[in-house]
Amino acid sequence: MTVDTIAGTPVDVNEDGFLTDASQWNEEIAVELARREGIDPLTDRHWEVIRFMRAQYEAKGTGPTVRVLGKTSGVPVKELYQLFPKGPAKLAAKIAGIPKPRGCI
Amino acid sequence: MGDTIEKVSIIISKGSLEGIYPGLILANGARAEGIEANLFFTFFGLDAIHAKRLEHIKVAAVGNPGMHMASLVGVLPGMSAIATHMMERKMEAFDIPGIPEFMELIGDTGCGLYACKASADLFGFVEGDFIEQVQGILTVGEFYGLAAGGEIIFT
Repeated sequence: MTVDTIAGTPVDVNEDGFLTDASQWNEEIAVELARREGIDPLTDRHWEVIRFMRAQYEAKGTGPTVRVLGKTSGVPVKELYQLFPKGPAKLAAKIAGIPKPRGCI
Repeated sequence: MGDTIEKVSIIISKGSLEGIYPGLILANGARAEGIEANLFFTFFGLDAIHAKRLEHIKVAAVGNPGMHMASLVGVLPGMSAIATHMMERKMEAFDIPGIPEFMELIGDTGCGLYACKASADLFGFVEGDFIEQVQGILTVGEFYGLAAGGEIIFT
């Protein structure tokens, strides 16, 4: 585990750059993490997914997979891939400061 | 970070439930990781993309040691349907989608779906026989062109 300074805030991250403590997250960190992943700017639809991921993580202790996200977030799978081309659940989780979801489907 | 996989082409050659799912899970999982993915259906695997057949995919009840059942029992009428029904109920409990829903999901992820020309010709299938997610019928040469620069997985 290493410390990365994101948007001026030192945060703990794992080897893949995911925050290991979701409580260290803030919206400026999300904007900077998204920019690093080539997503700039974050639109309202991106934020909808990011906030949904955080809410799910807080409620269930894990973020949803792409399929669950498509069924429950109000953003369909096709659009999820347009918003986060490099993997919606993985990238949205990273930007939302929560661990990578571990489901296979 | 070590080496990463950027692109995969997955061939599905079998038409049984257990022959189709692994390829679908690999393709969907690749897209979830941001990996470019293509699915190529050949031989009995074509049933997975055949509009009238994909809802009737069955588990092999005979010659399948994984069933832990004597093949003599497997030949009884309806055994394959019973085994399939049990498997589907179990999959539903684990929230694994059925094949029609899975195909729709995979199409939405941006994964390419293609049919093998030699097999389509052999079975007398034309493009209109396949589900809308199928982008075309490819020759083996065209498949290699599509797969160029990536990994190829045969199932």
